[in-house]
Amino acid sequence: MTEIIIAAAVVCGVGIVIGILLGVAGEKFKVEIDPKEVAVRELLPGNNCGGCGFPGCDGLAAAIAKGEMPPSACPVGGEAVADAISEALGIENVESVRYVAFVKCAGDCEKAKNVYEYIGPKSCILAQNNPNGGPKACTYGCTGYGSCKAVCEFDAIEIIDGIAVINKEKCKACGKCIDVCPRKLIELVPYDAEHLVRCNSHDRGLDVKSACSTGCIGCSLCAKNCEASAITIEKNLAHIDAEKCNNCGVCKQKCPVKVIT
Amino acid sequence: MGLFTFSGGIHPYEGKELTMEKPVKEYLPKGDCVYPLSQHIGAPASPIVKKGDRVLVGQKIAEAGGFVSANIHSSISGTVKAIEPRLTAGGAKVNSIIIENDGLFEEIDFSANVMDLSTLYREDIKDIIKEAGIVGMGGAGFPANVKLSPKNEDKIDYIIVNGAECEPYLTSDYRRIMEAADKLILGLQICINLFDNAKGIIAIEDNKPEAIKLLTDKLKDNDKITVNTLKTKYPQGAERQLIYANTGRYVNSKMLPADAGCIVHNVDTIYSIYEAVIEGKPLISRIVTITGDAIENPCNLLVRTGTNLRELIDAAGGFKDGIMPEKIISGGPMMGKAVYSLDVPCTKGVSALLCMSRDEVASLEPTNCIRCGRCVEVCPGRVVPSLLAKYAEHGDIEQFLKHNGMECCECGCCSYICPAKRHLTQTIAGTRKRILANKKK
Repeated sequence: MTEIIIAAAVVCGVGIVIGILLGVAGEKFKVEIDPKEVAVRELLPGNNCGGCGFPGCDGLAAAIAKGEMPPSACPVGGEAVADAISEALGIENVESVRYVAFVKCAGDCEKAKNVYEYIGPKSCILAQNNPNGGPKACTYGCTGYGSCKAVCEFDAIEIIDGIAVINKEKCKACGKCIDVCPRKLIELVPYDAEHLVRCNSHDRGLDVKSACSTGCIGCSLCAKNCEASAITIEKNLAHIDAEKCNNCGVCKQKCPVKVIT
Repeated sequence: MGLFTFSGGIHPYEGKELTMEKPVKEYLPKGDCVYPLSQHIGAPASPIVKKGDRVLVGQKIAEAGGFVSANIHSSISGTVKAIEPRLTAGGAKVNSIIIENDGLFEEIDFSANVMDLSTLYREDIKDIIKEAGIVGMGGAGFPANVKLSPKNEDKIDYIIVNGAECEPYLTSDYRRIMEAADKLILGLQICINLFDNAKGIIAIEDNKPEAIKLLTDKLKDNDKITVNTLKTKYPQGAERQLIYANTGRYVNSKMLPADAGCIVHNVDTIYSIYEAVIEGKPLISRIVTITGDAIENPCNLLVRTGTNLRELIDAAGGFKDGIMPEKIISGGPMMGKAVYSLDVPCTKGVSALLCMSRDEVASLEPTNCIRCGRCVEVCPGRVVPSLLAKYAEHGDIEQFLKHNGMECCECGCCSYICPAKRHLTQTIAGTRKRILANKKK
């Protein structure tokens, strides 16, 4: 009987000593966590997509709590999350513009010519090593093997008729497709930008014509007729400045190759 | 003594009988000639002529644009028409000098370049080779003078002449040996004399017994040059495999052949060195094998650089029955590049033009890897192609490097042998190029 009592007493004693030690250590080596950071982290979506540029939501939460990033820095959460975070932190939310990805190419199977038949791995990045950077005559256009589709976490990219098409509603502007596209075809544009140039070719007009029926030939008709002077022609390619554009749609009507949406 | 060889490799259909016994005919271009400024590895050459200038055969028209770069000479006489980007066999548009052919082939005085060999220093000979714009003519296009100037010259003990010609269908090197054996030996002698301890090896596969016999007879009394008989196997002529077969030394991707005491030159390169040093001629022509089952009269042609490929096809009798072939390859079938337009010029590195009436690869869809291990068995680089291709497909560069992806020499054995018809070489080669391009940045 006494053996059991002694054993129980020893176990209890050890338990009490370790408990006290742990308690002291917990107090002494405490890591300060900003309560703001915890609050922000709880409001973020938590799918760790990396679209904000941080490795995961924890990183962004810390940055927002410290004030290094604005409350609207999470592209996935959008306005709702931005509002909630600014309310929790008690700071004013600067009105954010919603961005979406946009593919600067309209040269689908019908409009863009192929110079040869490609047999090989179906990956845009690997296809780049072939002559002409892929079978498409245009060396700037979308090759359509879907490397962007493969990295999209939101299922927002579809390959339709040989070119990547982005679903504006699903796109969260995380920017992963922008990094992966070997031809640097994708850019972020404001969600409500109506008129954009769906071409990326810097070739001369004649060369563009021979490669694709809808490529921008750099004729500058759009730039001349733009009331808001939002269009610039750089290296044979028109570019519409979404900030200046007033969505009048004259450029779309004037474009001889119908490359402006 | 057994045959010299390496482990791995494959035995594809050779197809050499089409052109093996056809003597080389000279072909003079009829139309304009195009000289891309990048016919070699390294910096592009910079043009020293301008539009409207009259140039002669052998005149220098572009100067080396850096240390690893090469001069370019005109192979015809005429006037410079333009300097503009033109399509090359590689598929990219490269800045090129276009010369309008006047059909006279008026030459500069080559004898003025010839100097008395006994009065020349080693550096002078390297300068002559550099001036003549000689690059590796097996396809890679590495400037020959740079290859002949290793860091540690005393360490070089073998100069290997690559006469393996392991690529199927190609016979240009074989014809060069058969028709200019003496000049080839002299060219090799010049290279050997550049080093104190160097010995020469001419390595030939045993499917060319006549070439071996011819050279062995001629070199009976020469104790500096030996002729080695290699086993007929692809890729016997790849630089690393050739060095291993002949000397038993390993070279990996981080080393240059010179680190193993070897310098490897193609047969045609050695011949061009002879022409440059003894005859004073720059590199303006090379032998091209026009072959394949879609060609009317397969043949070996001595072609001026810059000649349009369409002219060469016509010189070989055109396509059989006038039918456009399914696939045209510049170079050999294993490592050559498919061309999609015939309006490209013949450059220093084009050893063959292969026209196939049926694309045997295109008809087969790749299926899943069945883990048979045949690619591992044949890989001369001793890597695991199936694994590398998997990492390459997933873009896993870290694992790709960890499994020695850079040791791949892109020979194509794995794709050839794969029963599942997977695009192994293409996938691995693409990723290697990406890694190399990122390194340069």
